[in-house]
Amino acid sequence: MLESEYQEQNRFFLNMGPQHPSTHGVLLIVLEMEGEYVLDPQPVLGFIHRMHEKMGESRPCQGFMPNTARMDYVCALPYNHGYVSLIERKAGIEVPKRAEYIRVITSELNRVASHLLWLGAYLLDLGAFTPILYGFDDREHILDILERITGSRLTYCYYRFGGVYKDVDDKFIEATRAFIKRMRKRYVIYEKLVTKNIIFIKRAENIGIVSPDMALRYGMTGPNLRGSGIAYDVRKNEPYSVYPEFDFEIPVGEQGDCLDRYMVRVQEIEQSLRIIEQALDRLPDGPVRSKVKKNIKLTPGDCNFAVEAARGELSYYLVGDGTSTPYRLKVRVPSYSNLSCLPELGRGILLPDLVSILGSFDLVIPEMDR
Amino acid sequence: MKQYFSELYTGGKSLVEGLGVTMKALFSPIVTVQYPREEIDITPNYRGHIDLILDTGKNTYLCISCGMCEKSCPSDCIKVKGKKMEGEKKKSLVLFDLDFTKCSLCGTCVEVCPKDALEYSQEYNLAAFTKEAFHFDILKRLEERRI
Ligand code: SF4
Ligand code: SF4
Repeated sequence: MLESEYQEQNRFFLNMGPQHPSTHGVLLIVLEMEGEYVLDPQPVLGFIHRMHEKMGESRPCQGFMPNTARMDYVCALPYNHGYVSLIERKAGIEVPKRAEYIRVITSELNRVASHLLWLGAYLLDLGAFTPILYGFDDREHILDILERITGSRLTYCYYRFGGVYKDVDDKFIEATRAFIKRMRKRYVIYEKLVTKNIIFIKRAENIGIVSPDMALRYGMTGPNLRGSGIAYDVRKNEPYSVYPEFDFEIPVGEQGDCLDRYMVRVQEIEQSLRIIEQALDRLPDGPVRSKVKKNIKLTPGDCNFAVEAARGELSYYLVGDGTSTPYRLKVRVPSYSNLSCLPELGRGILLPDLVSILGSFDLVIPEMDR
Repeated sequence: MKQYFSELYTGGKSLVEGLGVTMKALFSPIVTVQYPREEIDITPNYRGHIDLILDTGKNTYLCISCGMCEKSCPSDCIKVKGKKMEGEKKKSLVLFDLDFTKCSLCGTCVEVCPKDALEYSQEYNLAAFTKEAFHFDILKRLEERRI
């Protein structure tokens, strides 16, 4: 048998997804394989497209609020935050200080919950079943805290133009402080169970190295970009809300492998807790919602607002035409750009490594396919 | 060779430490709730589907069938109809339907209501085989609560 014939026989296509557990949703990746090696991974999107942008353009701007949470259901509050801030910027609505603080606290709580979920799910991809149970145990506390004030557990619709829907009470503050204390004690568990685990290190170290240049070329943001050593965080570089008032750091990785991305997220949990702590200490009194006209007119012209979601930079772009319905609403989501480097990154690697890379990117498919 | 053994040692140690965490968890209190045999109380702030508020004084609803909720619902899931009955000043409700399959629990209807006639219910055990099972007759639900 000729060598070329042999190669022909060993080449095949493999559909990973759209119901594959490690694609975390309905993402299809068509893999051209040779044996265990991936020659060309091509992501295919579109299985869960719901026309969110079009929905935003076909109803008064208030009506889009519940949609924002459906795009990224794991970290919904920053999505709420981006949209309300966009409309507030466009219509010139003032937000009371207390409301901004509450927004920051709840957004950061949501970010921690999202990172905990990711941690569990990533380890699940790598074949470790235990960590997700610890992650969910901690995440459950956050969900309970948020449920008490927002009324829902996952797809929050809590922020309103000019404030938030409901004020927080002492019990919320108490529970949040208790959670911070608990979470700090749990770091030891995660370190013993995951960070120092030899199997995990072997599956993550030096796997899927994204160079800073590559990360920039593909427009990666969030922990994936910071894992490559670039300290870019919208909360610091383009501060919004009351973030400039808090003291926190931006953890960065060194070489951009899966382990660096993991470490960045784990360290980000602590930074988020620091922000929450400071915000709780300085939580001002006052109203949580300013008076806003029922019918908000969006003046002609465009407007943009970016926030840091758990997965990276989320930016809303809106063009108004004088009515209350946006003429154009564009959502730039982080996962889409983060995924786009996969064909280049995944060339010539082993299939199990591809699973590790996908997991380390923390993809949320409904967010890409909005 | 030496490296092989040192790796074996550190690797083995990390696994034993991990097992230690598991052992500790094994003897710590159970956090799982055996739903549906056990249930946790849900918070009074829980936002289930909407319900009409029963005014206990008058033993009826507060709604004036103005239709604001119907108009402002982003998902078009509310249907309200009022009718002027003979000898009465106000319109009375003849229909208040909610299509819960489309509702996104945004809370707009509750917030726009001029009479504060709507509230969130505490229902969360919702499962059915047909779509129609989620078309709730909110008015009927109120009648049932009436004394
Ligand atoms: S909660 Fe929102 S979607 Fe549901 S009925 Fe009320 S306005 Fe409509
Ligand atoms: S907005 Fe309130 S008063 Fe008006 S129809 Fe709806 S429930 Fe009734």
